[in-house]
Amino acid sequence: MDFLTEGILSITWQQVVMYVIGGLLIWLAVKKEMEPALLLPMGFGAILVNIPMSGVLTQTMEGAGQVEGIIDWLFEVGIHASEAMPLLLFIGIGAMIDFGPVLSNPKLLLFGAAAQFGVFLTITVASLLGFDLVDSAAIGIIGAADGPTSILVSLVLGSKYIGAIAVAAYSYMALVPIIQPFAIKLCTTKKERRIRMPYEPKSVSRMTRLLFPIGVTLVAGLVAPASVSLVGFLMFGNLIRECGVLENLSQTAQKELANLITLLLGITISASMKAESFINVQTVMIMALGVVAFVFDTMAGCMFAKIINLFSKNKINPMVGAAGISAFPMSSRVIQKMGLKEDPTNHLLMHAVGANVAGQIGSVIVGGVILGLVPGMLL
Amino acid sequence: MNVDFHVVSQTLQLMWQGMAAVFVVMMIIYIMILALYIGTHKKG
Repeated sequence: MDFLTEGILSITWQQVVMYVIGGLLIWLAVKKEMEPALLLPMGFGAILVNIPMSGVLTQTMEGAGQVEGIIDWLFEVGIHASEAMPLLLFIGIGAMIDFGPVLSNPKLLLFGAAAQFGVFLTITVASLLGFDLVDSAAIGIIGAADGPTSILVSLVLGSKYIGAIAVAAYSYMALVPIIQPFAIKLCTTKKERRIRMPYEPKSVSRMTRLLFPIGVTLVAGLVAPASVSLVGFLMFGNLIRECGVLENLSQTAQKELANLITLLLGITISASMKAESFINVQTVMIMALGVVAFVFDTMAGCMFAKIINLFSKNKINPMVGAAGISAFPMSSRVIQKMGLKEDPTNHLLMHAVGANVAGQIGSVIVGGVILGLVPGMLL
Repeated sequence: MNVDFHVVSQTLQLMWQGMAAVFVVMMIIYIMILALYIGTHKKG
């Protein structure tokens, strides 16, 4: 009857820590409603893969030879071999996003670029902490504030820390309402936060909305070809939304496809949360670097707005620059709330939404740029 | 973990090349939107 106690006796303290981490992720998802669609499956998956001799993992069994585990198989097929899951999720995200606010005020695109500075600064900080170039780049991309991009970049580059990076990316996206106000207050004055921005939207024609996703794909694809899978799938989803003749497909992409992939992505990522590779100092460092990335992204967006204000007659509220991080739509809501707190009659929402969707484009482009540049540096 | 200053210098190179690339792409998209706006506005 030894086999009944074999599992219990072979539990390691690292696996117990993973049960606690899994429980914490589930608690954050259920009690605090922090990115529940991702953190709950990841939390449960962290418990599943850390049960001794877990049947969800591929293993060699006496008498039966090698037995495929479902989570290892999902990871191998859906993420490692094809990157299909994070990429397919982009179709759903593209179908959800209305690029109207940035099309009516394209200047906001520049904030989507400026707020990516935190990604590169974090890469340098990670290298100063001793991470190699591949792992530093994969850690820095947490600052793209875009879960699927973080997973895809760390996967393609072959980082060892994909589990910790995914946990950090999704956890900090949920913590944007805490991280961003702190970072914004560090680099802006009360007077700057009260700057008013009149909202005068230009009308956006249907043709513009239709040609935009095609044009962005061509531009990003030709200038930074490595970004074409990210940008292309995002814009494909948006084209389905804007074409006006595929309403059913658009709804399916926004709901069923996005939900199904999200459901599987969370639990599949847990394959990289095995105790032996997750419980280490590097994981703690990655979690800390994730905060650094979000703080520097936010500050870079604010500082860029302040620089533009030096030369522009129509002043920009620096908080709008902070919405240039991806984290859509949470970041724009945070900016609107902060604006109203400083001045109850100052509505910044539409400007912030414009910068926020620009940040979505910026994050996939920065992911593609890193995928294009880093392999060349490794030669 | 030991700091490899060759890697640090590569990340600095990545920083300026990466930010330049992101700004270039965004500027081209900006110009494209303006062209689309002018094109559709004229047509209208």
